[in-house]
This record gives sequence, structure tokens and C-alpha cells, in this order.
Amino acid sequence: MEPRINIFVGHFGSGKTEVSINFAIQKAKEGKKVTIVDCDIVNTYFRTLDAKKELESYGIRVIAPTFANSNLEMQMIPADILSVFEEKDSTVVFDVGGDEDGAYALGAYKHLFEREGYRMFFVINARRPLTATAADTLEYMADIERASRLCITNLINNTNLAAESGVEDVIFGDALVSEISKLTGLDYTYACADEEIVNKLPEDLAKKAFGLSLYLKLSF
Amino acid sequence: MSDKVLMKGNEALAEAAIQAGCRLFFGYPITPQTELAAYMAKKMPKVDGLFLQAESEVAAINMVYGAAGAGARVMTSSSSPGVSLKQEGISYIAGADLPCVIINIVRGGPGLGGIQPAQSDYFQATKGGGHGDYHLIVLAPSSVQEMVELTSLAFDLGDIYRMPVMIMGDGALGQMMEPISFDDVKKYEVPEKTWATTGTKMKRKRNIINSLYITPDELEELVWEREKKYDVIRANEARAEEYMTEDADYIIAAYGTTARIAKNAIKTLREQGIKAGLIRPITLWPFPSDVFNKAADTAKAFLSVEMSTGQMVEDVKLAVNGKKDVFFFGRTGGMVPTPAEIVEKIKEIDGGVK
Repeated sequence: MEPRINIFVGHFGSGKTEVSINFAIQKAKEGKKVTIVDCDIVNTYFRTLDAKKELESYGIRVIAPTFANSNLEMQMIPADILSVFEEKDSTVVFDVGGDEDGAYALGAYKHLFEREGYRMFFVINARRPLTATAADTLEYMADIERASRLCITNLINNTNLAAESGVEDVIFGDALVSEISKLTGLDYTYACADEEIVNKLPEDLAKKAFGLSLYLKLSF
Repeated sequence: MSDKVLMKGNEALAEAAIQAGCRLFFGYPITPQTELAAYMAKKMPKVDGLFLQAESEVAAINMVYGAAGAGARVMTSSSSPGVSLKQEGISYIAGADLPCVIINIVRGGPGLGGIQPAQSDYFQATKGGGHGDYHLIVLAPSSVQEMVELTSLAFDLGDIYRMPVMIMGDGALGQMMEPISFDDVKKYEVPEKTWATTGTKMKRKRNIINSLYITPDELEELVWEREKKYDVIRANEARAEEYMTEDADYIIAAYGTTARIAKNAIKTLREQGIKAGLIRPITLWPFPSDVFNKAADTAKAFLSVEMSTGQMVEDVKLAVNGKKDVFFFGRTGGMVPTPAEIVEKIKEIDGGVK
């Protein structure tokens, strides 16, 4: 059985939050009871909480730091985080802050994650210069595993150039993620892109396709 | 294959600095510019450069002073409260005629303020900040790509004019991610740094880096000499982007993030038959006064839109020089104006202007 706890980590700007939100909504659409935990104690600008209304419209419970999106620079883990380990019937999505700094906080719950079983997805955008090669990306992965005291189990190719993205970006990222999968033996689970691009993916990639709707947008 | 990469504004500033030959970075973390320092910490050791997290902003700017005196391309970055702390050092660097690049990713103020985007450090950047008769060249990018281009320009202008250059962004620009390219960044010819304290090797007179001149007539002469240099910069380096100004009745003055919002407002206004345009200062100092003054011959009125309670509007008024009315709309404290608010304000002006 698929573990009910799903943790999303990665380099900041890899698209973790968009992927987390879309994953949570997909699980909710499958009829599951879903909770999303905004664990981003690093970036206080673009975060899960910005899509709270949207998420709640799918019946998803949103747990976020008390002071997130206020002007208080309080970077802390939400107090009700522990409840997700007790609600055994819910699918849980953890959106973890960027790089290893964001992952430190997870380490405190290592025993609970291990008791419940988890998948930890590493999200990769190969168009991000600091995760553009296998060596650099493996360094990030090792840093995050060390900080969180948890193991990455799955890989996600989320290679994009924001508004200028195309099929070629996903294919560009595929080479990197496939290489990392070969080197680590980890499962390359999804190739993400927005719906329009996903429908144009070549056959071998289409099997991994995960279409995204974008929930975090700027007005300018 | 595309050669573009996806970067945050803060990261792009850091990478552009490295590509412009900056190998020394001294800073202290503060939201919302921290990714810049983080990028430097990761990347500098890989290019034989130095990233140093100083014990404070004051220490960092004085390390910049030292490195600049030795002729290095050097940079520091911070956000509003941190830039306030740097002001003494900036004045010393200006007084010693040294080039360096200072980044301010502006957040809400005064005091500790908030962490959301603002433009309320305009006065500090363009009218002094530190003490004494001096100026910084102040560059105001409005996209991540422009951050790359202006970083390169900042280092070149600093070396050409031997003075500190500030790049003023805001929290939104620092955090937003856009596809960018580092190809085709324009480079200028810069003079050799014959004044740098690199050791005489017994072959030349020693160079002295100093801002202390006890004799008043000597100091006055030096300050006036520097003022002549500022006049050359005023004449040659003012930069602005004009957007749909040719036939515009109403001209919005806005820079950085606010200029992006103003462009959206202008599109809406034009759909509704109101001819609006934008003058976007790219250099906040020197202020592109001529562009505004010329536009005042044909436009009916001006509107300065800022994330402040009204700072750049004073320079717009000076530039327009009483030829036309200059209005103001601003949000502050970390709040960002919406295109709808700007449309509303222009319509209000349109109703009142004869």
C-alpha cells in the first residue's frame, strides 16, 4: 500500500509548493481525506497558504504556521502538526521549505515519519542553475537527507522556465532526472508540467506525466 | 536547446555579479534578499572567490571599503534596515572615491518595518543616506533579466566614475522567478585602477585611500571637483524607458515592480479610450529629468505611482517644472498597488483636468 504521508522537498524555486498543492488536490479528487502542511519556514513570500481558499474548496485541511503571511518574521512549525500522525485515515502532504535549511525542522519528527511510513519526493527543475547537473543535484539531495534525517524515496522532474516553458524543457529535465535515478536507484515517479504541455509529451514521458494547474500567480 | 535558466531576482543579481568579475562578497542575511547571500555562499568557493558573512552590516560595508581600495570588484547586499546600517561606510567609500556595488532589496519601513516589498528607501538612496555632499548612481531594474544587465552596468559605471553604485530592487523583484539569459550582456570599457593600493613594488609613489581632509579649503576643492564629475554623470548616464508615451495625455511615472503594474493599468486604460503612457526611470540618480520635461510639453498631467507615501514624486515635480500638474498614488508598508487602483486614479484625474 502507498504510504499515506508524502513529503515534498527540493531546491528553493524548484516548484515544490505548486507540485504539493496539485498533488493534494489530485488525492482529494480521488476521494481521499487530505491534509496539507505548509512547513516552509524559509520562504515567506510564495507559499501554500496563498492557495488556502482553493485548497479548502476541495475539502483539504490546511495547516500553516500561525504567523505566516503576516508581517511577523516568525519562522516556526505549526503547533497542530502532530495531529496528522494520529489521523490514520488521512493522506498528508508536507510542503517543506527550500534547501537543507527548510528540511531541518522535519528531523524532529523522524520517529513519527518512520512509524507511519512515508514517501519523500525530491522535486527537480533542471533549468535552475544550481541543480542543473547530476553532481550538484546529488549534493543538494544529500544535504536535505542529512538535515531532515529522512531518506528521499522518489524523484520528480518539474523542469520549466515559468511562462516560457515548453515540452523541450520537460525533455531537457528528463535527461538529468533519469541520470539521477540511475545513479541512486530512486524511482522517477512524475514528469510535471502544466496541463497544456503535459498533453504534448512524447510517449515514454507521458507515462509519468503529472499535469499541473498553477495556483500561485502574481498580478504583474 | 534554450540557453535560458530560471532564476530568482536575488540569485540573478549574485550570478550576474560573479559574471561581471566580482570575486568578493561581504554581507549579512536579511529577508527578502537572503537568497543572494546564499547563492554567493554556494557559488563563490567554486570560482575561487570569497563569500564572507560578516558579524554585522557595518562590518560588511567596511570590508567592502577595504577591498574596493585594493581595486577589487566587490559587492554587498542587504534590505532596508541593513542598508541604513551601511550608510556611514557608504559615505566613507564615496568620500574616498571608490567603486563598489551595493544592493538594496527594499522592504517596508521605517524601523524594522516588515518583510514585504516597498520603495520607501528612494530618498535614502538618491538624496544621500549618509552624510556629506555625495551621490550614488542608483539603478532600478524592473525584471529579473534587467537585474542581470544592470548588475554588469553597475560594476562598469562604478569603475568608470570611481564611485559606489546602488541597485535598488524590492522584495517582489528579489523573490520572483523569471527565465533569463546571461548572454549578450553589454560590457563597457573601464579604466585601469592606477589609484588602487596594491603595493608600490618600489616602482611608484604610494597610493592613499582616505576621506579625511582637515584643511577646509582642501576639502572644499575636492568636493567641488567631485561635483563636476556628478555633472558629467547627470548629462550622460540618465536612463529611462518610455512606454506608449508618444500620444499619451496622462503619463505615469513608476520604477521597478510598480512600473510592471502600471503597464497593465495602461493597457486597460487604452482599451477604455484613455491615452496613458509610462516613463520608467532606470536610473533614479541621475534622475531622467529631460525625458519628463519634454513629455510635459504634450501630456496633460503626470501621476507618480510608488510603494511609498510619495518620494520620487518630488523629482517628477522638479523635472516637470510646473508645466503640468503632478499627482501621486502610493501604497506602502509592504502593500502593492493593483492595476485597478491605478486605473481608478487616472480616471479621477481625467475627470478633473481641463
